[in-house]
Amino acid sequence: MKTFRFGIGEAAIAVPVVLLLLAMLFLPDYDRPPIASVQSGFRGTGMALVYNPRRVAEQLEAQGSADVEGLPPLVEDGPRAADAYQNVQVLGDLSAAQFLRLMTAITAWVSPEQGCNYCHAGNNLASDDLYTKRVSRWMIHMTRDLNTTWANHTLQAWQGEDYNGAGVNCYTCHRGNNVPLNVWSNDPDLMASMTGPLAHRAGQNRPADATLLASLPAGFQAYHLTEERPNTLDIRVNNDIALASGNRASIKQAEMTYALMMHMSGALGVNCTYCHNTRAWGAWSSMSPKGSTAYHGIQMVQALNSAYIEPSGVALPPHRLGPLGDVPKVNCTTCHQGVYKPLFGANMVADFPSLTDPNEVDADRLIPGLVDAATSISIGEAIKAGGLAPG
Amino acid sequence: MAPYQNIFTQVQLRNPHGELGVSAPGDVANRIGKPGFSYWLGKLGDAQVGPFYLGGLGWASLICGVIAIEIIGLNMLASVGWDPIQFVRQLFWLALEPPSPAYGLSFPPLAEGGWYLVAGFFLTASILLWWVRIYRRSVMLGLGTHVAWAFAAAIWLYLVLGFIRPLLMGSWGEAVPFGIFPHLDWTAAFSLRYGNLFYNPFHALSIVFLYGSVLLFAMHAGTILACSRLGADREVEQIVDRGTAAERAGLFWRWTMGFCATMESIHRWAWWFAALTCITGGIGILITGTLVDNWYQWAVDHDYAPAYPNVLPPAPDPSVEGPATMGAPQ
Repeated sequence: MKTFRFGIGEAAIAVPVVLLLLAMLFLPDYDRPPIASVQSGFRGTGMALVYNPRRVAEQLEAQGSADVEGLPPLVEDGPRAADAYQNVQVLGDLSAAQFLRLMTAITAWVSPEQGCNYCHAGNNLASDDLYTKRVSRWMIHMTRDLNTTWANHTLQAWQGEDYNGAGVNCYTCHRGNNVPLNVWSNDPDLMASMTGPLAHRAGQNRPADATLLASLPAGFQAYHLTEERPNTLDIRVNNDIALASGNRASIKQAEMTYALMMHMSGALGVNCTYCHNTRAWGAWSSMSPKGSTAYHGIQMVQALNSAYIEPSGVALPPHRLGPLGDVPKVNCTTCHQGVYKPLFGANMVADFPSLTDPNEVDADRLIPGLVDAATSISIGEAIKAGGLAPG
Repeated sequence: MAPYQNIFTQVQLRNPHGELGVSAPGDVANRIGKPGFSYWLGKLGDAQVGPFYLGGLGWASLICGVIAIEIIGLNMLASVGWDPIQFVRQLFWLALEPPSPAYGLSFPPLAEGGWYLVAGFFLTASILLWWVRIYRRSVMLGLGTHVAWAFAAAIWLYLVLGFIRPLLMGSWGEAVPFGIFPHLDWTAAFSLRYGNLFYNPFHALSIVFLYGSVLLFAMHAGTILACSRLGADREVEQIVDRGTAAERAGLFWRWTMGFCATMESIHRWAWWFAALTCITGGIGILITGTLVDNWYQWAVDHDYAPAYPNVLPPAPDPSVEGPATMGAPQ
């Protein structure tokens, strides 16, 4: 019998096997204890949130603060801003002092390095020459809309034992950046191979941040987050009754919902049981009240992208647009940034009550033609053209 | 004692000319290659490798299989812009997707699911040809056709997933994508869509047989290895001629659980557990969406989904109730 020797052939097998084992052992993202869990539903249902206090501390550190140094006290008396300054189209009903105070805060929230001149051209504060001025006027309008029309998500969000939200201001998204860091635009990689004889990618099957690196359809953003849909019912794929009765929602449709929910999970840093009793995803009877808040949040994002963000493309220079020419849009991460409540629930409007007042002018009066503008190439439309429902 | 506490095969038989075994009609001439020996394969199983028998069915099956894999692989490569590095990096994420449900059962353009159907055809042809090959080899060698029918149980599940159920649902879009992570996502989405497959009784049966197979496999393999020092590895002889090994194996289980298999029956148990895993699983998939659309609701209707007390305030469906009934302060 031949004696065994460990030669090149054996090494060619053994070395990759050992390397693969080492990779499997050391590549995963481990989390060192302690792990804290917070029960959020009846025992035995698995409704619990799992946290690592060290990571929460890191997140707290990373949130920053909307507090503005040296901000004068709120003075609501005195002449109105619309009378004291020229060309005030939003916030004209504020007192001049209150108006100036908010302008100071916005500078700290959005353009702390460039200062006032990021939006105001030279010394003429009334000039609309800079696109940033025109867009920020639009964004102020949007912020008030968020705190009034969408108060069911921002100000009456479920917190502990009551509906009590923190509101939003510019800092909620911007965090000191000209453009919020967590925005998305249509991804050329997902559009790859959308023409030609070989199979289309159909907006999925690549590791995308929006789906927490799953192969789920990252195109869900264009599909679910860009168009107002009154009841978000196309997110719901379950039948209400047990037996088959004409619900034609496909498995591909379910993957779209799955992708959206994974995105929300990552954006809020929570697991599925934050809202759901996972034995019956679609059953509102076993849903946490947080599910209602999330429902309004989805509708809010749809409305923001379709009514404010996408139309603002007419004012934006090309370098602010995504690689396919569409406006960078918002999703849940834009505000939440990995935390169940943006900035861990720090109140964003108590010092700036004017941001919770209803808008006094119609949105489409601010920049002519804004609402009709359509600037984006939508993967959502491409997917919809392909059709997720049986024909 | 020590030689029997083994992980690897301890004795390697090496006939200098290799073992050709019994001659079945027509096969010797078709065998490919000469007997060879591998030390490492001999550690795991038999040290002799080859000669092989493929024959017409084997070749046809391999060719169909290669065509299917090529179609899947080239479409995946195209989806990363023909970049071989990205192909390797993203391989686990890539897929060849079935057509959109909007195409129903029609043949869609190649780029929108046509390639999927072509690949599915060749993959299915390859599997079915391989089944016929296994059946025919069994008959040629004078064996029973047990292996072929066990394989058929797996093919049943495969056909339900990719052919029969999509046909009944009226859409090829219901089929499973060809891809590593994508087919796992499909599996999760399937359960999400149909209200939690956990409540599907056939899914439960399939899991019983799957885990039961694992248990039987461990019990049987452990028993035989434990008795191999007494010759228990010669199982077939011991069916009729019980030696010390079979006696002790039977005694062990009679002592520990009061009842024991025989050297023959244990394999029947294992065969049925394995086959029923796929048979019941296939039934469970087949009736999902075609008969039952929400398994959780079905379990509620049949009183086997437990009711939990409401510890949270009610959350009425906002699309029905409107925000005013949420109890939110205005």
